This record gives sequence, structure tokens and C-alpha cells, in this order.
Amino acid sequence: MKINLSINGQKHEADVEPRLLLVHFIRDLAGLTGTHVGCETSICGACTILMNGKAVKSCAILAVQADGAEITTIEGLATNGQLHPVQEGFWECHGLQCGYCTPGMIMSACGLLKENPNPTEDQIRHGLEGNLCRCTGYQNIVDSVKYAANKIKAQTAKAD
Amino acid sequence: MSFLAKYIGQKVKRTEDPRLVQGIGHYVDDIELAGTLSVVILRSPYAHAKINSINVDAAKKAPGVVAVYTGKDIEGKVGLIPCAAAAPDMKKPDYPALALGKVAYVGQPVAAVVASDKYKARDAVDLIEVDYEPLEAVTDIEAAARPDSPVIHEELGTNVGWLYQAGSGDIDAAFAQADKVVSLKLVHQRLIPTAMEPRGVLAQYFPGEKQLNVWSSTQIPHLLRTTLAAMLGVPENRLRVIAPEVGGGFGSKLNVYAEEALLGWIAMQLGRPVKWIETRRENMMATIHGRGQTGTVEVAVKNDGTLLGLRYNVIYDLGAYLQLLTPAIPTLTGLMLSGCYKIPAIQLNCTQVYTNKMATDAYRGAGRPEATYLVERVMNRVADELGMDPVELRRKNFPKPEEFPFATAAGLVYDTGDYAKALNKALEIADYKKLRDEQAKARAEGRLVGVGVSTYVEICAVGPSVMLPSGGWDSATVRVEPSGKVTVLTGVSPHGQGEETAFAQIVGDMLGVDMNDVLVVHGDTDRVQYGIGTFGSRGLAIGGTAVAVATDKIVGKAKRLAAHMLQTDENSLTFENGKFVGAPDDKSMTIQEVAFHAYQAHNIPPDFEPGLVASYFFEPKNCTFPFGAHICVAEVDKETGEVKILRYVAVDDCGKQINPLLVAGQVHGGIAQGMAQALFEEAVYDENGQLLTGELMDYAFPKAHQLPRYELDHTETPTDVNPLGAKGVGEAGTIGSTPAVANAVIDALAPLGVKHVDLPLRPEKLWRLMNN
Ligand code: FES
Ligand code: FES
Repeated sequence: MKINLSINGQKHEADVEPRLLLVHFIRDLAGLTGTHVGCETSICGACTILMNGKAVKSCAILAVQADGAEITTIEGLATNGQLHPVQEGFWECHGLQCGYCTPGMIMSACGLLKENPNPTEDQIRHGLEGNLCRCTGYQNIVDSVKYAANKIKAQTAKAD
Repeated sequence: MSFLAKYIGQKVKRTEDPRLVQGIGHYVDDIELAGTLSVVILRSPYAHAKINSINVDAAKKAPGVVAVYTGKDIEGKVGLIPCAAAAPDMKKPDYPALALGKVAYVGQPVAAVVASDKYKARDAVDLIEVDYEPLEAVTDIEAAARPDSPVIHEELGTNVGWLYQAGSGDIDAAFAQADKVVSLKLVHQRLIPTAMEPRGVLAQYFPGEKQLNVWSSTQIPHLLRTTLAAMLGVPENRLRVIAPEVGGGFGSKLNVYAEEALLGWIAMQLGRPVKWIETRRENMMATIHGRGQTGTVEVAVKNDGTLLGLRYNVIYDLGAYLQLLTPAIPTLTGLMLSGCYKIPAIQLNCTQVYTNKMATDAYRGAGRPEATYLVERVMNRVADELGMDPVELRRKNFPKPEEFPFATAAGLVYDTGDYAKALNKALEIADYKKLRDEQAKARAEGRLVGVGVSTYVEICAVGPSVMLPSGGWDSATVRVEPSGKVTVLTGVSPHGQGEETAFAQIVGDMLGVDMNDVLVVHGDTDRVQYGIGTFGSRGLAIGGTAVAVATDKIVGKAKRLAAHMLQTDENSLTFENGKFVGAPDDKSMTIQEVAFHAYQAHNIPPDFEPGLVASYFFEPKNCTFPFGAHICVAEVDKETGEVKILRYVAVDDCGKQINPLLVAGQVHGGIAQGMAQALFEEAVYDENGQLLTGELMDYAFPKAHQLPRYELDHTETPTDVNPLGAKGVGEAGTIGSTPAVANAVIDALAPLGVKHVDLPLRPEKLWRLMNN
């Protein structure tokens, strides 16, 4: 099946098997390997991306279902070498160790902050319940998201 | 050896992170070689079965399939999967990389399909027909040890692999003199390590150069190289193992697996790169598990709380075969049976049995969490029986700081410690007295609130070398390049611990250079001199020490050249902030200038070896013994049985901290894993040996909202085993937290007459307990 989609602003056109998972399209065909696979059963969240602005698990979607979609992956977050506030938060707050869950965590956090720019600790913890991390015990991830929320707030205040 | 304090001791942000937060690091599956084929493994659906025949004809003809291999194809060509820790008197089955004639656990590799992509390989695996003859599965470890049990490995004649006894002191006299004997039976349930990155292997062969390259998600690239060379008959100097970015290990990648050898062999057969990436399901059934002990601990005690002796009789679940260190794990439990206490007589009696399950092996803590859990649980039982406060009982039996080095009856000499200090600090932070008052109030209101204390000591950075099959040393090479940039080659293989940062801090401070000018290279056997790897909380204490000593050698050599060039005596020079100063006329030279001249070698002393490179292999003279005190406050919901952690205080002492940010991260993650054992996780096999928790859907891996905030603090008691004074902290949290949480929950249930509950303390179990 022919599909057209945009990933990080780049157009991709391909003829794919209907069963191809979106995560495999992103990794194997588009060559963007920052989106990780931790389970393929939509539990771990390592494959989280933004599809039309919403955080989704790309192992739970077929590539053909993404026909016409606008996708952002972890590689598309930083602009001109400048880290996105959520990426910066993870760096500042030691929100990662092995880094394997990190792209998915960051993309989920981006989705969460879009919906709720001012989350409480509890809302962050629940908002990230679709993302597993074995290394950090989550506390620094929560702090990273809080950091990002504050940073985004400060940036928008400045822009206004 | 001298250090600046510009970086060391500071919360320095990690140098690893920019690539990782942008998703531009490279884990095995992210490495793409042109023409790579995909390998998918067919695994046994039975826990115990004879294989009558395997028919691969249809699979071979499937679209995209290049080759299919079974056990017969590799017999005599790919060596057996090795165990490095089996005692000479251990009964040990052969463990081929693909099953031969029988299977002994669900998930055991039976055949390998090589195809043009993973979808086609997966399709073809379904076309392989295996005629299995199911046999009775052995799953219960106590039953497995009985003479009437079916025997898994007929050639061994028994399921008992090894009987092992350890400890010292007059154990019989201790029990004879006791006012009281307290005993407790406990289960250390099987756990699945579940690193977020599953395992993966990529292999490539160059027939002309006779060079085999293997990328593997491993914690031990060099040990893997040596082992694979032997398994495949490839000269070790033509085998390169690369551990690229590794997405967590926790011991599960401290091993040598069938797939690592298979992929190397297949790449050599086909002359094309081949890649195998483990699925999560495979990871849960065919990557090593942890824990798996059922034992009874007995303690002999005086009425005043003085401990006299401890005996632990335990059956250990080996699983179906031995992986790299399987039988060694309970020996570590035996070594730590003294906990933080003076116990004059200790005895371990360990029976190791084969069962139809995945092998157990090192999982974060590896035998020490078991020791700490059983000691800390039984200490609470003793306190109960004697009507003492559990804190008082602990204090009474601590060795005093001046009693270190402290020799235990379990056979170790603890380096340094001040256990009361850590405990007091934790009690102060938690406000223990107030906690007990609040608990009394809560109880009066009918709420089930408990306070759990655990004081732990653990063994890290194991050495001297005789203590480990691989040797216990590690290595570093430090090169100051002609431009003054510094390259550090470390023999340890970090996979999340942050040693690229920590080692750059050490070298930056020792050479007085910007730490961003220090590149730390690891995980590539062609770039780095031989090393042992990262496990057992050894990376900093042993690998970091090697880095520090090598750097010190650099300073010494550079000083000689600087003195020569500045035409002064070496002894009149001092090295300050990256500069050799103290020469006449205020002349000085930076380390970068010295490096340039060391390579240019136009003006060097007569016997001076050009270049500015130094290596050091550090052999530790003892292990290190970090310790700490954890306090947990928990409430059990009377309606649902759910446990809520109200507070968690951890005071850890890992000696000198190079980077407190990294230390805290290790402690957080460790506590989370220990809590997961206490409250959620368990690898469950049914009586047919089917793994019921074979997906993340079924295995109770904790999520962000199920874990609390951790309140951390520390004391600092440096070790004298290494010049950094650092003890290691990778496993401390896991070791301290399981008993703290268990003690809290069981304390909460005490008003109901509950004396012990086995882990995990899941709502359903607690609900039943409350409602019976
Ligand atoms: S890989 Fe998609 S949720 Fe785990
Ligand atoms: S940082 Fe390793 S799994 Fe999250």
C-alpha cells in the first residue's frame, strides 16, 4: 500500500506491507532510530512519538494508519542545535541513566505538557504511566518534567 | 595522588546525555550495516520435552529465507554455553546453543531462521515443525530436591546440582547457649531483570581478514570476546566485541548467551552481517532471572538481644541449565549472612537444584539482597520475640567504628563502617519517635500503618582477583594527545551508570584540564585494553581507581619532561591547575605544552620514552562494604489490601562520592527495584513450567504513580581499599529497600497477629490475609 506521511517536517512516500508497524517504518525505512522498541505490545512506551500533535505508541499503530499524518519523533524536537525544554529538563535533573526509555518518556512528557502545561506531581506520575523506566525510579523524571513545565511557562511569558 | 575539587564531589551534569535525550546514540539495533539479514529464534513451548524430530523444509522454502539451523547443524561447531562458576564437584548438564534431543525450559532456543527481514524470518519460524514428546515438568524447588522427583538431566541422575556449606564459628555451641531460638522460613521469589533495552546481537565477518565483529548488548565485552573465541574457534585477536550504547543490564547482560555465539557462527557461514534483536517475550523467558531461594533462617540469641549464631538452610533454584555465574549467586548470600552485626557463628547449608525454568543468575544485588532481606526480617522477628524495639536490637549488635577492619564468621573482612551513624541520621530525618507516636494514633483509629527499618551492609567491587572467576581487577589507559586533548580507555563497560562523566571528572581534576576535553572510551575490545566489565558496583571503585592511578603516572612522566625543558630539578616543580610551576624566573609549562613536546621529542631527556600515555591495571586487595539505613512508612488499605508508601528515607554510605548526582540516581533506581520486589514483581511459572508472567502486561513492573518520592541523605566513610575512597553504589538501594518495605508492611499488619508474609506484598495477598 502506498502511504505519504511527514516525519519531523520531512515528506516520506513509500509502498509498504499493510502489517508494517509504524515504529518499524520510522526506524527501518525512515532511518530514525531514536524511537526505541521495548515491547511491541504497547506497554513500555519506548516507542512513543507525536502523531498530529498527540503522544501515541508507534508500535500500536500500523504504518498505513499513519497515511497523511504529521509525525514528530525525538530527533525532531531540538531546533537549531537548541534542546527542547523537556530534553533540557531531563539533562538538568538527571532524568535518565541508560537512556533507552528516554525518547519515549520525553515524547510522552511533551504530549502531557501540551494538554496540561501546569501538571502537579501526581498528574505527571499518572500522565507517564504508559512509560516504563527501569533505571531511575521515576523521581528525577518527574522533576525533569516539572523543570520543563516551568521553563516553557517562562518562555511563553517572555514571548507575550 | 592529588586532586583538585573543581569537578570531584560536584553534581556535574552527565556528558552522555546530549546524545541520549536527542535519540542519536546507538544501541545495537540502531546500527545498520548494508546487506544485514535478520535472525529469529524458534523457542521451546514446553518446559520439559523430548524432541523426536524437526522438519525445516517448509521454512527453508519460505520467501526471503536464506538459511535455517537446528541443534544438529551446529553440534561440534558452536561450543557449549559456559558456566564460569561451577565448583569441581558440581553436577552440570551440557547446554548447547540450540537444543539437541530435548528441551528443559520454555524459551530454550531450538532453531534459528535467517531471512532478508524480521517479518519474513518470523513468518518462516512458524513453518518449522517440531515433534515434541512432553515430559513431566519439575517446577517446585523443594519437590525437585526429593528423590521421587522426575529427573531433568538423566545423565546427572538427580536434580541436585550442588550441596554447599559455608561459614565458621561453633554453630552448635551457639544454639546450645541460646536463651531463645527464632526461626523464619522465607521465599525470595524469582524476578525478571527486565532491562528496558532487550538483548541484541549484530555480527559481521570479513573472510579475507579472518576478522569477526560482534556487537552485543553486554556488560562484559572482553569476557565475552574470550568466551566467544573459545566457543567459535576464532583466534581472540581476530574477534572484536563491541558493546555500544547498552540500555540497562542489572546483571542480565553479565552473561554469555546462545544468541551471541550463534550469530557469530552464522555470520561466518553466510559471509553476511546478521542481526538478532530479542523481543520482550523472549527477554522475559530466555534472559536470566534473579533470586529464587527458599530457605529457613534460625538465630540463636540471648535474652538481652546479643546475637550468638545464625544458620541458613536454603534451596536454590538454578533453573534448567547453568548460565555464566548461576551457582555463585547463593555463595554471595552466604558471604553476607552476618549483615551489619556481630554474630560469632554462622552456617550456610545450600542445596542447588535444577528445575524446568530459565536459569537464574546475577540480578541487581546478586545474592546480597537475599542475605539482607533474610537477616533484616529475622532481626525484626527476634525483636518481636524479645519485646525489644527493632532499632535497639540492631544498635546493640553493630560492630563499633573502631572495630574495623571487622572480620565476620561468614568469612569476610569489612573494610570500614559506622553503622550507628547512618542509622541515627536516618532516624533523625524520619523523626522515628514521632513516627512511632503517629503510628500508635493511627492504630487507635483502626488504620494499618507500619514503620520498617533496615540496616544493611553489602559487598561491592569484589577483589582480590581470586574471589572472581574472571579476576577482580580492572584497567585504564590515559593518553594525553599531542594537542592536549585527553583520551581515557576504560576496561569497565558502563551502561547507564554515567562513568563517561565520572571518569572525566577525575581526570579533569587530576590534570587540571577542562573535563570536556576528556573523552572516555569503553565497550570496544579493539579500542580498549582488556578489562573485566561493569557489574557488582565495581565500575568506579575499581575502574575509576585504575583511571586515577594511570593519570597519576601521566603527571609523573610529564613532570620529568617539564623539568627537563624548564631546566630545573623535578623536585622544585609543583603541578597546579594544569601547570608545572616553581621553575626559576617564574617559568612554567602547561600539561598541554608538555604533551606536545613529549610527542615531538625534539628535546627530551636521554632515557625518556616519547609520548604521554600510561596504563594501569588495578588489583584491589579487598572488597568494599558500603552500608546504610533505610526507613519506610507504609499503610495498608483495609478495603483493598493496597500498600501505600507514606515516606521513604534512605541514608547510604558509599564512601567518597565523585558525583552526588549520579549517586542519587543509582540509589533512586535501586530503591525502586527493591520496592518492586517487595510489593509487585514475581516471575510466575505454572505447574507445567509455563511462564505466566511472560509479557510486561503480566509482569508487575512498577509505573511512576506506584512509586513514592525518596528522601535521601548520606554519611561518608571512605574505604582504604582504593585511593579514591569510593565504595560503589549500584546495588545499595535494591539491597536496603526490600527489607525496609517488607518490615514496614508486616509491622502495619502486626495488630492482626501477622508475623511474616512472603513477597511480593500484593493487594490480593494482603486482602486475603485480612479477610481470613
Ligand atoms: S515498544 Fe511500543 S509500547 Fe513498548
Ligand atoms: S533510563 Fe534506563 S530505562 Fe529509563
